Amino acid sequence: MKYSIGIDLGTTNSVISYVELGSIDEQSSQDEPVTGLLEIAQLTSVGNVEKKKQLPSFLYLPHDAEITDAETSLPWGTQTSKITGVLARELGAKTPIRLVSSAKSWLSHGGVDRKSNFLPLNSPEEVNTVSPLQASIDYLAHLKNAWNSEFPEDSFDEQEVIITIPASFDPAARDLTAEAARAIGVRHLTLLEEPQAAVYSWVKSMGDNWRDQVSVGDVILVVDIGGGTTDLSLVAVTEEEGNLILNRIAVGDHILLGGDNMDLALAYQVRAKLAKEGKNLQPWQVQALTHGCRSAKEKMLIDPALDAVPLVVPSRGSKLLGATLRSELTRVEIEQTLVNGFFPEATIDEHPVEKPRAALTQIGLPYAQDAGITRHIAGFLSKQAGATDSLGFDSQDEFIKPSAILFNGGSLKAPVLANRLLSIINGWLTEAGEDKARLLDGADLDLAVAKGAAYFGFVKQGNGVRIRGGLASAYYIGVESSMPAVPGMDAPVEALCLAPFGMEEGTEAEVSDREFGLIVGQPVRFKFFGSTVRRDDVSGTLLDFWSPDELEELPEIQANLTADGRKEGEVVPVRLAAKVTEIGTLMVEAIPREGDQRWQVEFDVRD
Amino acid sequence: MNIDLSLMPVTLDVAHVGLGALSLLLIIIVVIMAMFRSSSNTNESTVEPNKEQVTPSDKVDESAIKQNLLKETTPEAALQLLMLLQQDARLIDFVHEDLAGFSDSDVGAAARVVHEGSRKVLQQVFNFEAIRSEDEESRITLVQGFNASENRLTGNVTGEAPFTGTLIHKGWRVNEVSLPQLAKEHDVYVVAPAEVEL
Repeated sequence: MKYSIGIDLGTTNSVISYVELGSIDEQSSQDEPVTGLLEIAQLTSVGNVEKKKQLPSFLYLPHDAEITDAETSLPWGTQTSKITGVLARELGAKTPIRLVSSAKSWLSHGGVDRKSNFLPLNSPEEVNTVSPLQASIDYLAHLKNAWNSEFPEDSFDEQEVIITIPASFDPAARDLTAEAARAIGVRHLTLLEEPQAAVYSWVKSMGDNWRDQVSVGDVILVVDIGGGTTDLSLVAVTEEEGNLILNRIAVGDHILLGGDNMDLALAYQVRAKLAKEGKNLQPWQVQALTHGCRSAKEKMLIDPALDAVPLVVPSRGSKLLGATLRSELTRVEIEQTLVNGFFPEATIDEHPVEKPRAALTQIGLPYAQDAGITRHIAGFLSKQAGATDSLGFDSQDEFIKPSAILFNGGSLKAPVLANRLLSIINGWLTEAGEDKARLLDGADLDLAVAKGAAYFGFVKQGNGVRIRGGLASAYYIGVESSMPAVPGMDAPVEALCLAPFGMEEGTEAEVSDREFGLIVGQPVRFKFFGSTVRRDDVSGTLLDFWSPDELEELPEIQANLTADGRKEGEVVPVRLAAKVTEIGTLMVEAIPREGDQRWQVEFDVRD
Repeated sequence: MNIDLSLMPVTLDVAHVGLGALSLLLIIIVVIMAMFRSSSNTNESTVEPNKEQVTPSDKVDESAIKQNLLKETTPEAALQLLMLLQQDARLIDFVHEDLAGFSDSDVGAAARVVHEGSRKVLQQVFNFEAIRSEDEESRITLVQGFNASENRLTGNVTGEAPFTGTLIHKGWRVNEVSLPQLAKEHDVYVVAPAEVEL
């Protein structure tokens, strides 16, 4: 194994970074390992192959008459029935019924069968749909091929591969990501939470100086605003035998809200402006406008001297003059839409507003209803008020007070947005009589996740500081309590803790004093819960009461006892055990009283 | 195409040096024209019309063409660049339009499409570098043995190096060209496919 490969498998873009492991053997700590970013060969237009730093996470399923095989040649073969990357995105902009996008968000959506072929959603029957899992496999396969054609000597399968996932991914989504990696042949796999990867990237960019930047008692808030999701984590700094230790003590909920929403918001604003002038846009024009708004946003947020950026939507026909739409986006508009829309003034008590969805909502992604990222952060900090209690830090009453902040994600490259977010968080701290939090900088906000992931492979070999984390959630299964039946009421459910909060990779916990009767050949389902706040429950704790925001119900899990020498219909008493694998996934097993068989309990089961 | 002016006999009069330079320029034009002709894929008679422009120049250059010292360029790269400029900058559409009858604001809107797109394409495909780092309109001196293809002398071109003059244009050099790779059977002559929406 020569390289550690870090893969940021993003909602809209994927990046692959690497660290040469051999380059740091037996060298002094000052020596920097050889690192790099893989330029990913991909189709950029029909018949044209270019290398780009990012692979857009899109999959296009072309019609037979659309493109010939020869026109989809890549250095490692043709992409006949599925096209990935820039060309997929471009073709899909004009033919959305054949475009798979946001597969990662679907992968973490508990409300659908993530292994069934339903993407693109609502596409006509003749389109050969794929599952969210399959789309992830296709993206990873593309990255693998790109690697192998660039490094023919060092096969991808033989390297240490680290794939990043949102910290808020549930066990099923983690499992599916690992399954996708196994499907393309990865042998040495680890999953790493994206905010942690951002911290690793920061540590690496600071070199040995990171120890001067933080001290014992610090709580670092990591805010990672990606294209499609916003991911929050807290990292506490403690000390052990004179060494600083980083502990990931909390992660936020899964928030489907990111930079893409910002571009869309700007495009809708310009559309409204054009509508006032009597110009109504067609769908393709809105799409082109969104594209234009993205680059206008990037230009203006980075260059404070610009006051307005013109926007043009060219005609589709060959007549360009007269048919080209023109508008502009002013600084005031951008700042109002983004600053007030996504980073509104909020007090620490203002939490996201979630309205119950209308009964007849179409199946779709559970996008965040409240676009106010500041309110989501306020909600997270309040919910995690007790996150440091067990570390012996000062007790926090209303909300946990971060002393340092690390930003990640392209949107926060804009000083306006970063400063706004910082000043709001500092407003909360000042009001609570605390010092302002300082901003940890030095990380490359676009590529930090991939770089940090590759660096983690180096850390895993015993170099540098490793973030302690373990499970960011405690997991429970629902057990029907043995109460007398009351007509018209479901038997109350109790929650039995299977895996405690903070359980570390490579460890196992068994619920020894409780047995379940499973029937051979008959799948049994359990209700399944997760809690990001109950830190003190141990394996086997039985809860008969909890408040609604303490435990979140996850998709059911299923135990399926195959016959394996037993009689069909036989009742087998089993105990349940939970294990956190080295890869970083959770595994629940049923262990019969006799024999050394073990049955894996499946996440993500559907009818 | 390096020509050391100091090798010229000193007795040669100014007019001949000027003529020599002119013929050089014309050859460059011929080369460029030839490149465009081959890229337009027409099978018309080759470079004949341009030859007329060449005839008044030195005989040495004439024989250069006959001896086939010129290289043919392949149309592939030119067509590929044209495709990119059409795709991202709508260049072919724009140039084919008749600007008469359109207001400056209409032309301006279209020009933004062309400018923004061309810029993106050029930045992606080429890595440019200014040949001279001095400010334009400043006085510079070219020492003996300077690179004549990177530095073009104009105006009162007499005497020998070192030459001192005003830098009019700083020049551009392309350090790197990264055109996309092409699928073997890709038809580069289709610079923009017809689009049919169903």
